Formats: sequence, C-alpha cells, structure tokens
Amino acid sequence: MTQAQSTAAAPLMPEQTVWSEHVSWIDRVPRWVSMVALMVGFLAVWQLVYLIELVSPIILPSPLETIEDLFVVGRNLLTGDYMLKALWVTTQEVLLGFIIAVVFGFALGVLVGETSFGERAVMPYLVAINTMPKVAFAPLFVSWLGFGIASKVALAAFIAFFPVIVGTAAGLHAADQNARMLFKTMGASRWQTLVQLKLPIGMPHFFAGLKNAAVLTVVGAVVGEFLGGGKGFGELIRVAAAQLDTPRVFSLIIYLSLLGLATFWVVAWAQRRFVFWHKETVTEETLGQ
Amino acid sequence: MAVLSMSGQPVAPVGLMGRPVYELRGVSKTFAKRNVQALDKVDLTLREGTFSAIIGPSGCGKSTLLKIMAGLQPPSSGSVILEGKPVMGPRRDIGMMFQQATLFPWRTTLENIVLPIEIRDGKAAARAKYDQARQLLDLVGLNGFESVYPSELSGGMAQRAAICRMLITEPAVLLLDEPFSALDELSRDFMNMELQRICLERNATTFLVTHSIPEAVILSDVVYVMSPRPGRFVEAITVDLPRPRTLDMMTDPRFGALVHRIRSHLDKGAFQ
Repeated sequence: MTQAQSTAAAPLMPEQTVWSEHVSWIDRVPRWVSMVALMVGFLAVWQLVYLIELVSPIILPSPLETIEDLFVVGRNLLTGDYMLKALWVTTQEVLLGFIIAVVFGFALGVLVGETSFGERAVMPYLVAINTMPKVAFAPLFVSWLGFGIASKVALAAFIAFFPVIVGTAAGLHAADQNARMLFKTMGASRWQTLVQLKLPIGMPHFFAGLKNAAVLTVVGAVVGEFLGGGKGFGELIRVAAAQLDTPRVFSLIIYLSLLGLATFWVVAWAQRRFVFWHKETVTEETLGQ
Repeated sequence: MAVLSMSGQPVAPVGLMGRPVYELRGVSKTFAKRNVQALDKVDLTLREGTFSAIIGPSGCGKSTLLKIMAGLQPPSSGSVILEGKPVMGPRRDIGMMFQQATLFPWRTTLENIVLPIEIRDGKAAARAKYDQARQLLDLVGLNGFESVYPSELSGGMAQRAAICRMLITEPAVLLLDEPFSALDELSRDFMNMELQRICLERNATTFLVTHSIPEAVILSDVVYVMSPRPGRFVEAITVDLPRPRTLDMMTDPRFGALVHRIRSHLDKGAFQ
C-alpha cells in the first residue's frame, strides 16, 4: 500500500512550472545579430560561388574585391575627387526632381481629390498616363531638354509624382462621415474643411506617397543618366559596366542606394515630426507603402 | 398625440410650461431617389429647460429628424423654427454631439474644445475662449487634461471633451445623437447622470436620440416614441419622476411601468 503510493506519480508542487510560453530562438537573439548573421551567410554563399567558378569572374566579382573597391570609391568620395562631383550632380537631380514631384503631385492630388472636375475629367487621364512605362519617355526628355541635368530632373519628377498624387487624393478622402458632419455643424466653409480637416487627416497617406516618391526620384535620375549621358553617378556606373569593371559597378550601386536611403529618411523624419499623432504599422514604416 | 402620465392625468412639470425654444410644424422628408418617406408630418415643441428623448427602431427616421433640426438637411415640407427664426442651415445656437467623440488627434483637448469658435470667429477669438474652455473642463471633471492629446483620453473622457466642445458656443439647444452608446454600460450610466447635472445647471433645452429605453426614461421629461416608414410619433410619454434623477430610480415601480409602456409600443412596431 505504501509502496503503491510512492510509485504513483510524484505529487505536483504548486510552484512547479508545467506549461509555459515557448519563445522561438529567433526571437531571443537581438535583431542586429540576426541581421549580421544573414549578411555573413549571404557573403559566404557568394564567395563559394566565386571559388568554384560557377559563373565567370568577369561577370561576378568576389565579395572581397567588391569590399576592396568600396574603400577605393569611398576614398575618392571623401577626398572630393571626380566621383564626389558625380554624386553631387545626381543628388541635385534627385532633390530638384523630388521637389517638383511634390509640388505638382500635391497640386494635382488636391485637384483630383477635392473637386468633381478633377475626379471626373482629370483622373482618367492620370490613370492612363500612370499605366505607361514612364522610363520610355526618357529619350523624349533628352531631345526636349538636352543632355544636361534638366532632362534627368524631368524624368525623376515625372516618375515620382504619381505616388504623390495618389497619396494626396487618398488622404483627402480619409476623413470619415462623423468628422465631416461635425465640421458641417460648425458651419465650416469648404476651404476650412480642406485645411483644418481633410489635409491634416490625410497627412499619413500623403507621407506614404512621399516615401515612394523619394525612392522613385533616384530611379528616375539614374535611368535618365543611363539613357541621356551627363556627368552623374549613373554615367559612372554605365562606364564601369562597359569596361566590365563589375566590382566598381557593385560598389557604385551601394553608394547610390545610400542616396536613396538618405532621401527616404529625411521624409520619414519629417513625417514623425509633422504627423506625430499617427502610429505607423511596421510595413508602412519599413517599406514606404 | 396626447401628453399623458401613467395615471392618465395630464401632467405639466414646470419645464413643460416654459417658453418654446424649438418648434417643428408638419415636417416631412421624402428621399426621392429611393422613394422612401422617412418622416411624415412631424410636430414637435421643445420648451426651455426641458429634456426630451426620441426612441424608435432602427431606420425610423430619428437621425433624419435630428439632421433636419440641426440644419444639416432641408425638410421636404414643413417648418423648423428655433428661437423665433427658421433653421436654414447649421447655426451656432445649436450644439450637437454624436456617438463618436471625433476629437482631432493633432489638437490638444483645449484646442479641440475651442474648434467651433476657431471655425466661426478665427484663431484669436478661439484663444480668447481658453479660460471658458478650462471652466467647462472643470464642469465635466477633466481639469488637468487641457494640454493632453486625445490619444491619451479614454472613451468616456473623450466624450466629456466632446460635451465641452458642444457647450463652448453657448448653444440654446443641445441635439444628442446616441452620445454615449459607444461606451461600456458603467461609464454610460455615469455619463448620463453627468449629462443630467450639466443640463440642470445650465437650464439647457435638450433633445436626445437613443436606442435605450431606460436611458430615455431616466433622463427625460418627455419621451417620444417613433414608428418607422413613414416616421411619425406614436405617443409622447411624460416622465413624472422627480429631479434630480438618480440611478436608484431605475428600481422604482413607476420607472418600470414607463419602460414597459414604451417597450410595448416598440414591440408592436417591430413586428409589423
């Protein structure tokens, strides 16, 4: 009898944990560790592909060569040599293109989002133009505006201003029925409703459009340089690729992406500053959708 | 349409003898597009300092009536007179409140409250009302929250701020469209008692749209029961419970009898 009792399952102590939340290992390591680990893994695979000569070294440089060249280009940029001048040209194109895209995109967005004329008559044309492959206009801009900076600015602005229109117009429709009715009861004019209600409520949409535009202006400027020459960073990439200097192409692209990141961050900073009340979701924050 | 008490005797609480503030005569509304008659010859008189509620099933035209009274929609026929002048659009002597507080997240509580002034009279006039807005925050028990953004307010607190925003223009009448129906039951009872206190303190003329029979009875001097398609008043029931009302009165047999009477009207209407 006593033996039977002792062989029975040991009585559970209340302080014993029998069931607890399982935390996956990926959630236990800090985020930067997983990011670095992924990068190291990627470089290792790349190096392996290079070592077993899966593809010709002329087409794909080794990671080490690329990193080496990153330092060469970095030194050139820091000493203010020709690459810095090229980067400055492209930066100007991006900034001007972005400003033009924002001004025109906002104006057209308000026209489309606020007036029935805009919604009925202008919107269908905008949709039609937006479906066109916009880079195909590059040769046209070059023949209109020449090989200088103007044709690149035009292409960058042309590609980038559609998301600004969409963001602005969507934002103007974001105010719900309650808010509109409240403004009506206060006897607000159309202008007051626009400025005090619709524009502030639409700010998150507007900034989502700006983030897309920030990335697209870089695309527009570089494509413009590929097709229209000039003295920018895109031209350096084109020349390096023509010389089969692939490590150079890679490192130039990496520096160029920093330019895109910088414009994106400026917009994200402005959004946090001006739309302080809006909590963004992770996808919006990281993808700029 | 007789105003009768439960005992069948005509009852005239002090308020019901007051000066008429709102007068609706033969207000009808037909939505031509859908060919629906929402309101059919509604007559209504709201006297100074009284609290009236309108109750009826969904889609009976309550909200349409409220919008017409507020000047947000014109009636198809009939007249709406407020303080001797016909209502021909939104007016500053009408205060409105909705189910949602609709505070704007980029404005502090204080800035939200003076928004109606800012819209009508500009920024300077709105700033001049800050002291009055602070007094209103005191009135609703929100002192200390003036520079807080709405994201930090609970649902009940947001509705109190909305009450302040409604009162800042010193309206002659308050039109309330289910103001606390998005709150939980405990907050709702509490807010209803707060509402009564504010209305008594200011001698406000108030008109409430609600779906809750107990809420209508505990707050009102007169409850109008409305039937749908076309919307019209079936009965106006005078509530002769003494003021100020307390939540304890909900256990009073007179309260139960009034609730029962209203419910029997609504049950008849719902299964037509």
